[in-house]
Amino acid sequence: MKSISRTVSLCAIAVGLALAAVSPARAAEGEVALQHADWSFQGVFGTYDRDALRRGYKVYKEVCSVCHSMQYVKFRNLGEPGGPEFEEGQVKALAAEITVEDGPNADGEMYERPGEPKDAFPSPYPNPEASAAALGAAAPDLSLIAKARAGGPDYIYSLLKGYVDAPEDFEVTTGSYNLYFPGHMIAMPAPLSDGQVDYEDGTPNTVGQMAKDVTHFLMWAAEPKLEQRHRMGFQVLIYLVLLTGILYFAMRKVWADAH
Amino acid sequence: MSGESTYTPANGFTRWLDARLPVLRLVNDSFIDYPTPRNLNYWWTFGAILSLCLAVQIVTGIVLAMHYVPTTELAFASVEHIMRDVNYGWLIRYVHANGASMFFIAVYIHMFRGLYYGSYKAPREVLWILGVLIYLLMMATAFFGYVLPWGQMSFWGATVITNLFGAIPLVGESLRTWLWGGFSVGDPTLNRFFSLHYLFPFLIAGVVILHVWALHVTGQGNPAGIEVKDPKKDTVPFTPYATIKDGFGMALFLILFAYFVFYNPNGLGEPDNYIVANPLSTPAHIVPEWYLLPFYAILRAVPDKLGGVVLMFGAIAILFVLPWLDTSKVRSARFRPLYKQFFWIFVAVCLGLGYCGGQTPDKILIHVGEGGFDITDLSRILTAYYFLHFLVLFPVLGLIEKTKPLPASIAESVLPGTRQDKATS
Repeated sequence: MKSISRTVSLCAIAVGLALAAVSPARAAEGEVALQHADWSFQGVFGTYDRDALRRGYKVYKEVCSVCHSMQYVKFRNLGEPGGPEFEEGQVKALAAEITVEDGPNADGEMYERPGEPKDAFPSPYPNPEASAAALGAAAPDLSLIAKARAGGPDYIYSLLKGYVDAPEDFEVTTGSYNLYFPGHMIAMPAPLSDGQVDYEDGTPNTVGQMAKDVTHFLMWAAEPKLEQRHRMGFQVLIYLVLLTGILYFAMRKVWADAH
Repeated sequence: MSGESTYTPANGFTRWLDARLPVLRLVNDSFIDYPTPRNLNYWWTFGAILSLCLAVQIVTGIVLAMHYVPTTELAFASVEHIMRDVNYGWLIRYVHANGASMFFIAVYIHMFRGLYYGSYKAPREVLWILGVLIYLLMMATAFFGYVLPWGQMSFWGATVITNLFGAIPLVGESLRTWLWGGFSVGDPTLNRFFSLHYLFPFLIAGVVILHVWALHVTGQGNPAGIEVKDPKKDTVPFTPYATIKDGFGMALFLILFAYFVFYNPNGLGEPDNYIVANPLSTPAHIVPEWYLLPFYAILRAVPDKLGGVVLMFGAIAILFVLPWLDTSKVRSARFRPLYKQFFWIFVAVCLGLGYCGGQTPDKILIHVGEGGFDITDLSRILTAYYFLHFLVLFPVLGLIEKTKPLPASIAESVLPGTRQDKATS
């Protein structure tokens, strides 16, 4: 049936054109082509690399979290399927490292207690204004950063590796020079240097490796249900393809006597 | 819903019910025995696909509303709560967000099908007008819905669109304040947009019922663009013939839908909307969702704000009077060699406007010296052509075009044997 394939292909063209119409405005922003890493979470069967997530969490905790909040991620998420999958005891121990203000208690007093898995990651500053006052510019919350920038994880990865010397004709008037940041002047100083975070699994702790690991972790933080989504998507597609096939042959049979 | 009813109640209960509320008769006459032209192609399955889209949006939307909080303080966080903590919340939200795009893909195909086959011509003017009304309601619903996650594009999109009303002479400023419920887009705005976003789909459902009713009064159009002459030869019963074909079309469409939901859920959205709304920080490029880009391009093509608003709404309003702009007696583009070519040019112009809407207005396409031919110039040419197509081409083509001979009947147009006989006789 020629008309089916034509309908399908025209639908595909319409979608493609719609996408094309949306994307160029984004591409124009990043003037330099982004560095692409071979992410294990991409593709139909993409999953997170547990070890990379655990290393990435360490980088986040020791480096990023000094200035950045991650308010939508909770300690219990670290133990959930599809994430770093820390043991229950590890999650409790990690949560207990922080102190949380809770209350009021029966006397109407606020009190401090050790963190529990239900608690969100701590924010270094009480609000964006305090962050801006201390750092010069408010450090964005990192919960969704991997989805909130054009280029997604590739952009984050490139940015972290993009602290190079400014070209001679470029005057850096504020902050640091970054090859990939729009306008090239970024308030955040180079956050990573070789050997900065101790990796327990023997992975070389170069800037490139740490940037890759922490980006992996940030992608998980932004999209914690990705593995579940990919798995279900495959099942749904198999079901739909079978259903479509059955309907096609049923239709052929029904229409056979009409022509 | 019209014509002679062929329903005969099968048992005591259905006879009893039929004498009191003939709802089974209605279903039978509308969706089972309803005579359907036998020559319908796959472009006619988009009506069913659109019904599916509406149902999906309403069902997922009702569940989302159980978890969503319409205040500026909590809206963004409640969406993240849905994505992270609600069981299958990520699935429901991604289906709903991509469902809006799927709905528009389907409605645009459905509308262009109507334009190609002249589905708006007598006696189907009211059917077409109701369809345009549904489209208008869909755009309003989608706009309200896009504001709800309270990301940067939500906020700035709402600001840009509501500011358009400020361009209306005399009452504009007051109208805008009234729409906002304050002096800028804020809590009252978000709260009323949520209320309206919940209301409008049911208005759409209401107009859809009228749309289907009107369809069943006049009967469906068809690719040959001629009326049913002999129902026995020219039509087949809706069930099983149209139901199975619609089912197949819907299943194919769901594959596309599932691809976006599971493998590219943010591909049709803007990254900026994952940043919480900040009235103090304007995004570098404020762009609406892809399905509104052509109208955004028309708006920006006009240097005068009020003029832009008038043309933008005019671009939709002109669809309402289309049945009276087209002077051709022949419906289907199959038999209109000139119109057929201009139809495809029009499709290209609409896509071109969509492209322009997504670009920065001063982006230069062809460099000439210091300046050159930029997006604004292209938008102006395409906008002019858009209106030319309706105001000049539709009336003139019908008068000057030499159309091809129409088939004698629907049956003859699809049954090869019959066509052969006719050709030799």
